[in-house]
Amino acid sequence: MTPTVTSTLAPTWVQLVYLACAVCFVLALKGLAGPRTARVGNLVGATAAVVAVAVPFTYLDLDHVALILVAIAVGSVVGALGAQRVQMTQMPQLVALFNGVGGGAAALVALLELDHLGPGTPAFDVGATAFTVAVGAVSFAGSVVTFAKLQELMTSRPVVFPGLPLAAGAALLAALVLAGLVVAEVAVGWAVALALVGLAVGVLLVLPVGGADVPIVISLLNALTGLTVAAGGYVLGNVVLLVAGTLVGAAGTFLTLLMARAMGRSVAHILFGALRGGSTLGAGEASDRPVRSAGPEDVAILLGYAERVVVVPGYGLAVAQAQHTLRELVEVLAARGARVDYAIHPVAGRMPGHMNVLLAEAQVPYDQLVEMDDINPELPHTDVVLVVGANDVVNPAARTTPSAPIYGMPILDVDRARQVVFLKRSMRPGFAGIENELLFDPRTTLLFGDAKESLAKLLAAVKSL
Amino acid sequence: MSEAVVWLTIFVLSVFVGVEVISKVSSTLHTPLMSGANAIHGIILLGAVLVTGTADSTLTLVVGLVATVLATVNMVGGFVVTDRMLQMFSRKPARRPRGDGS
Repeated sequence: MTPTVTSTLAPTWVQLVYLACAVCFVLALKGLAGPRTARVGNLVGATAAVVAVAVPFTYLDLDHVALILVAIAVGSVVGALGAQRVQMTQMPQLVALFNGVGGGAAALVALLELDHLGPGTPAFDVGATAFTVAVGAVSFAGSVVTFAKLQELMTSRPVVFPGLPLAAGAALLAALVLAGLVVAEVAVGWAVALALVGLAVGVLLVLPVGGADVPIVISLLNALTGLTVAAGGYVLGNVVLLVAGTLVGAAGTFLTLLMARAMGRSVAHILFGALRGGSTLGAGEASDRPVRSAGPEDVAILLGYAERVVVVPGYGLAVAQAQHTLRELVEVLAARGARVDYAIHPVAGRMPGHMNVLLAEAQVPYDQLVEMDDINPELPHTDVVLVVGANDVVNPAARTTPSAPIYGMPILDVDRARQVVFLKRSMRPGFAGIENELLFDPRTTLLFGDAKESLAKLLAAVKSL
Repeated sequence: MSEAVVWLTIFVLSVFVGVEVISKVSSTLHTPLMSGANAIHGIILLGAVLVTGTADSTLTLVVGLVATVLATVNMVGGFVVTDRMLQMFSRKPARRPRGDGS
């Protein structure tokens, strides 16, 4: 801990309030991990955060208080408006963006703190500051690229160019050298250069990651920002920052591993898989091979007389805002005597758990949402699987084609069902950019069109059976 | 125990707590959990306030204020959007007719 202006020993009551806030963050995370306690957990975290931020105004003689309050007001309005206005389908982008600005803020705070540090500061403390600057910048730039990929401001496919591994290696090396210079000379100039190189590392790290893997990267960057904040807490001598940042860093890392496991691959493969080159890139183009397509009336007959129906909702469903229509269709089918469930792949949507959020928004009862491992054994006895706007999570290439980018990802085995109906806008491949052989299977029927319109037509046709 | 070791102790224990508290999370809640954890690291706002409040030049003041805005967006936006998501999860099942006294 460094005895700078900002960390001169706080009064005992302040330290106790900080301790209480740290405990509240533990309880918040604990709460967020359970369905019944999640909302309360989030509120506990928010309250602790507000209290912790308010504390320094009460006991320190801070300058520029009015300007700081204006800055907080501006940030609150921007953040709250963004949070209120965002479509649930765009949630992953928003989380990426919020994470990025947090990382950026941590880097800036560390730069300013470095300005306060004198030449006699222990090397470890300066090193922690350099870490915050560099990793905060990585997190910021990486999150911005992630945002651009998810918002489709740029291609969602892996971006690789011949010099990429070399450039990434060079940037990393430069970051290490600059960090060494920062520690040796305690100079803000070197730290600014370090931040710039950190930005480059962030961009180069995320560019080669394919669209379907981007959510894992968000989680990883989230964990990195947490560690950045923890290091910042050490530098500022503030225990709340240290505990909160470390909690998020540890929980985020663990969550990243859980998600990677749900997708059947390692984090290293996700980050660097595309760099090994060659076969991992999807074609990304529509094929003109023949498929069997049908009109809504034919599909309605197929569904209307089935006893067991499983619906596989995907991101396309949510983009078309067709969740409500789908729920109505399912209710009509259930009323006709069919047993209908929704099969939820762990990474359905664009982020693990995203589909649950999207269906909850459409008020689909949770007991109809069946997780992958529970539904897969039932699929061979299922009369019709209705795939709405999903593609990669039902692509058998994950089992059969070692060269496919999704190879090894556990999928919903809809190819084992008796009949499969795909509602698709076009033959364009899914987010991972690979063709789905199942579309050409003789047991597959395609109903082309916008998901919402197709579902509305299907609904009308089933009702008139 | 030297001061650095105290900090190291807090760090190491926090790592274990962080992993332990979310180790049983269901995949249903991955998105809100990620978003909530994301909001918690917005606490860097506290750091931003501390350095901005001691800024001694126009440049450091401006940088500090930028950091304050960014950190607030992270913190406030993160908690609000997480609550918005969780609110939908806790809604009563839809099958009931509207206005049945809830």
